[in-house]
Amino acid sequence: MRELAAIAVFALAVAAVPAFVTSGYALNVVIMTLYAALLGQAWNILGGFGGQFSFGHAVFFGTGAYAMAVLQVKFGWNAWAALPAALALGGAMGALIGALSFRYGLRGSYFALVTLAFAEVFRILANTFDFTGAGVGLMVPLAATAARMQFASPAGYLYLILGFVVAGFVVSWWLKHSRYGAWLQAVRDNEESAAALGVDVFGVKLRAIVISGVLMAAGGAFYVQYLHYIDPHIAYGLGASVEALLAPIVGGMGTVWGPLLGAALLHALGETTRNLMGDAPGINLAAYGVVLVLMVSFMPRGVMGLFQARGAARGSTHA
Amino acid sequence: MLEPSILLASALNGLTTGAVYALIALGLTLIYGVLHIINFAHGAALMVALYGVYYLHQRLGLDPYVSLPIMVPAMFAAGYALQRLVIGRASHGKEENVLLVTLGIAIVLENLALFLFKSDTQTIDTPYTFSTMNILGATISVPKVVAFAGALVVAGLLLLLVGRTDLGRAIRAIAKERQGARLVGIDVDHVFAMSFGIGLACLGAAACFLLPAYYVNPQVGNGFVLIAFTIVVLGGMGSFLGALLGGLIIGLVESIGGLWLGESLGQIGIFLIFIAVLLFRPQGLFGARA
Repeated sequence: MRELAAIAVFALAVAAVPAFVTSGYALNVVIMTLYAALLGQAWNILGGFGGQFSFGHAVFFGTGAYAMAVLQVKFGWNAWAALPAALALGGAMGALIGALSFRYGLRGSYFALVTLAFAEVFRILANTFDFTGAGVGLMVPLAATAARMQFASPAGYLYLILGFVVAGFVVSWWLKHSRYGAWLQAVRDNEESAAALGVDVFGVKLRAIVISGVLMAAGGAFYVQYLHYIDPHIAYGLGASVEALLAPIVGGMGTVWGPLLGAALLHALGETTRNLMGDAPGINLAAYGVVLVLMVSFMPRGVMGLFQARGAARGSTHA
Repeated sequence: MLEPSILLASALNGLTTGAVYALIALGLTLIYGVLHIINFAHGAALMVALYGVYYLHQRLGLDPYVSLPIMVPAMFAAGYALQRLVIGRASHGKEENVLLVTLGIAIVLENLALFLFKSDTQTIDTPYTFSTMNILGATISVPKVVAFAGALVVAGLLLLLVGRTDLGRAIRAIAKERQGARLVGIDVDHVFAMSFGIGLACLGAAACFLLPAYYVNPQVGNGFVLIAFTIVVLGGMGSFLGALLGGLIIGLVESIGGLWLGESLGQIGIFLIFIAVLLFRPQGLFGARA
């Protein structure tokens, strides 16, 4: 319950930010940090709590983004009607990929590779068909009204992304404290033992990838509403997949606060390198890569691991 | 219906491309077979090698084929150091960690290249870049034929190395039983780094054969990395013969698939094969175990 209270406090604090900060630049930093945290939360459900490392989470991101864009541009749907459809499609994509890969027992590196291959297939499809605007991408017409999920001021977008992130928090909290979450973590720690104890390994993993897909699709939907544009490379390229796994690895996999912490630290790092090195292309991504290598080498449990190590020393049993 | 002559030309083209793919995949499968790690930085390392060949040509005027004796040892040394100093230390004995570390290395290399060389696509001009020859009535570009022959020679050398030398025996011993190899006095960390070095040395050779008919930009490795994984998985992880045949098959699929579906959709065949093999036969066509 204390953790739920902390989540509520965090939500209220962020919601109050627009009352004190008016700079568009600062608000954009907050929004993009929350957005990175959301992608991280999505990946963390499957990768952190479930131990299934996906290298192709872009497949859910892109599906959410394209569903949002195509339904509005080609079918004239209202954004608020398109959003549930986008989330459902993200979940459906999770069910499809999960059913295929987990049914055939893919795990570890094989699972990482198959998710990457799915993302590539969809990138090529999106690049080919007019339906998705092919290589040119799709532009969502500007209409700065809340009725179309677009906002004249950054504050509107901040509330939108905050809503998604709070949902991600509640799901993570639930995974930490529910019976289902315990099954999922048992599967992560030792699949054979979990199965021997009667856990339905396939079903548990399948639910995790569906939830993860829905949340990742929310990230894609937000991207389209915020930046009004999507193309195959943004949607299904390696970039979104890497962004999703980076934050939880830096912050701490399988923890409630890890993705947000990681996203905040990475953004701080990104801003710092940009200030030091100028806006040279590539340099801040290169810094992210260095951080990834260093984290895995020296702090495999992420920044949250520092706090947990102290707890463990005091005799706490939770991981 | 397609003209048989077009089909033949396309098949020959596919085979020559496939041989270079095989060369790239051979390095990957060696690394996997011995270290049991999936080297995600393989494509980025190829990109680095291509830039090496490119700058040797631009700055020193070296022909790409003359660069072979420079690029192969250079890539070997880079690979040895990378495994010894970075990857080996980061693994903590978990394959997911290695996957993440090599992903991190790929991101670093790709973006440093973007920073240093800009995103422009570069090609080199050699007297033979556009020369062609006639095989069975089909026109094939000469650099591609050279690449085909070169890939086969390198593959042969690699098989000899692994099959006939002491190092090869140590490599096979470690691939089979790591603990046992250590017990009989094999320096496992050294052999790991040697394998990684040889894997990247293959890329050095591949880059020299590729560049006369190909291009380089910071993202060029991405296209190859999934194709190389596909070949390795198709052939059976760790199988040399599998990688060689897998490379040729994938080259054919890409080229003939492209003929029917257009260039952009043609690649989809590769990834669908990849997914299908991973799902239904993860031990590959020639691999013994999953």
